[in-house]
Amino acid sequence: MKIHEYQAKQLLRDAQVAVPRSIVARSADEASAAFTELGGSFAVVKAQIHAGGRGKGTIKDNDAQHGVQLVKSAEEAAQVAAALLGKELVTIQTGPAGKLVNQVLVEEGCDIARELYLGIVLDRASAKPVLMMSSEGGTEIEEVAEHSPEKIFKESFDPAEGPQSFQVRKLCKKLGIEGKAVRSTEKFIKGLCKVYTELDCSMAEINPLVLTGAGDMIALDCKISFDENALFRHPELVELRDISEEEPDEVQAANAGLSYVKLDGNIGCLVNGAGLAMSTMDIIKLHGGDPANFLDVGGGANVDQVTEAFRILLGDPKVKGVLVNIFGGIMRCTTIANAVVEAYKSIGFNLPLVVRLEGTEVEEGRKILANSGIDIIIAEGLTDAAKKIVAAAG
Amino acid sequence: MSILINKDTKVICQGITGKVGGFHTKGCLEYGTQMVGGVTPGKSGQTVEGLPVFDTVEEAREQTGANATMIFVPPAFTADAILEALDAKIEVIIAITEGVPVLDMVPVYRKVRASDSVLVGPNCPGVITPEECKIGIMPGYIHKKGPVGVMSRSGTLTYEAVWQLTSLGLGQSTCVGLGGDPIVGTSFIDLLKLYEADPATEAIMMMGEIGGTAEEEAAAYIKDNVSKPVAAFIAGRTAPPGKRMGHAGAIISGGKGTAEEKFAALRAAGVEIAESPADMGTALQRAIANK
Repeated sequence: MKIHEYQAKQLLRDAQVAVPRSIVARSADEASAAFTELGGSFAVVKAQIHAGGRGKGTIKDNDAQHGVQLVKSAEEAAQVAAALLGKELVTIQTGPAGKLVNQVLVEEGCDIARELYLGIVLDRASAKPVLMMSSEGGTEIEEVAEHSPEKIFKESFDPAEGPQSFQVRKLCKKLGIEGKAVRSTEKFIKGLCKVYTELDCSMAEINPLVLTGAGDMIALDCKISFDENALFRHPELVELRDISEEEPDEVQAANAGLSYVKLDGNIGCLVNGAGLAMSTMDIIKLHGGDPANFLDVGGGANVDQVTEAFRILLGDPKVKGVLVNIFGGIMRCTTIANAVVEAYKSIGFNLPLVVRLEGTEVEEGRKILANSGIDIIIAEGLTDAAKKIVAAAG
Repeated sequence: MSILINKDTKVICQGITGKVGGFHTKGCLEYGTQMVGGVTPGKSGQTVEGLPVFDTVEEAREQTGANATMIFVPPAFTADAILEALDAKIEVIIAITEGVPVLDMVPVYRKVRASDSVLVGPNCPGVITPEECKIGIMPGYIHKKGPVGVMSRSGTLTYEAVWQLTSLGLGQSTCVGLGGDPIVGTSFIDLLKLYEADPATEAIMMMGEIGGTAEEEAAAYIKDNVSKPVAAFIAGRTAPPGKRMGHAGAIISGGKGTAEEKFAALRAAGVEIAESPADMGTALQRAIANK
């Protein structure tokens, strides 16, 4: 689960990790008041959306307005806020449609001596969280990793202990951080690691991490996402979820216990199991088609879930045909066959439907489909299923 | 022979009094697994499917001689259940539970690796040695005893591969579902070592998926250490970066973990590639023919 920058910064502030002073504004007037309250000679107005690349991103149909802008008066803060709020911001991560800006963060200006990168993620190879730091702050870390991986320094740590002081000293040495700034770095890193561990983050990224002229480390930007499997023990974090930032179809699917990811193609897929669902997308592509989605109905899907899944697939205007691919294990083919027939009848299906069943009670399942009187193309095996749906969807 | 489990394995179920734990205990019993009991704290004295329920794993082990466990407890309690099995010196710990917080697994992984026990999962379908012992949720009847070791990061895709193998007359020595989470107890490399050493295994079928580098690490290991023929398929060629494909571990991030990279690494290690998921069984046939 992702949250906004202003929410992430509040979590850091609560944990005594240094962030600039800032105020959220939802109107031009609020932005103006925020500038005055911060009291500096300049401030930064930052669009709050769940996507990176905001500084370079621009408002749809208005290239002059970037997602992050420096302002020097309350009046200017109000103007920029007005230009951003209620508009779609398009960045390299949002796609061409952009994301609606519902709030901006007005933040005090800061005396930047150096910009660094700091990130914490789980390293699967060592099965531990890993701290990553780089002197290449402010740029996309993926690019640094691609072109100059030697500029990224890593230290893994035990979540129960946090990183050791010597690990921070090693990082500082490699990055040329000296004097008073070393202590400030240690306080910052240890605080952030504590947030990462205590809140069950899946990622915490400070880019840029700023070293000020006075030798203090401060988070100029902050992205945090959480392990959804751990949200049960953090009800306060669930409150931070902004549903408007998520794909409505994906939210609807999640509420029905389905795992769904929207893609750009025209063949809807309904599959049990994540690995088989990915493989089904792959084989459609292999036979010249284009999958419209990833959809895993899980191991124990019932009629309601299958109906909901069909509704979601048919709700996508691009979908020209649907492939159901089920390998019955615990889920019986008869259950899924009955669910398909009922769902088909209850929602008025008018697109080609290819069904491939295998596994537990497959013969009975196929009979149910054959005797249902509904227009189903039955497939034998994965290749046959892919060929039939690609042909049917045109 | 086989790996990890066989006809002599004695199995308990942690979470046996739950609906799912009870259901699959029955399924394993029907397959012929030697289920010997179960554990649910506070429910000792009850029976499920005729099996005794104990309060602790230690008691269950002492009274039944169990050497393997199948864990179905809810995600919040899974780390504790694994550690309890480890403490009771259960040799093979198979955690089926899906949705375990990943940071819970960091200390568990350390402790398991420092012990003599093996952990498979969490978030996995389990392990089966056909016609001997099934510990998990897979449909038993699609399997057939034979020479192919099967290992995979996903559930139904494993069934698909097993079914293709069985339909081609190729039975399996032991099939292991590693689990779809970022941290799981057993890796492809751990299993490659076991399969290579197992006289009953003559060939290895491997199914990976996007995300992480487990497949690349397996490829490097195969190149230097595995003499038996290996075939592989990687799911998620068409998955877009940054989107999690169901499994918590199945995500291409920072341009890493793509299917193409994994295929390339495996191909370079001499592994026979299944270009299509419909071609997994035939790829294994080719791997055997080419050796």
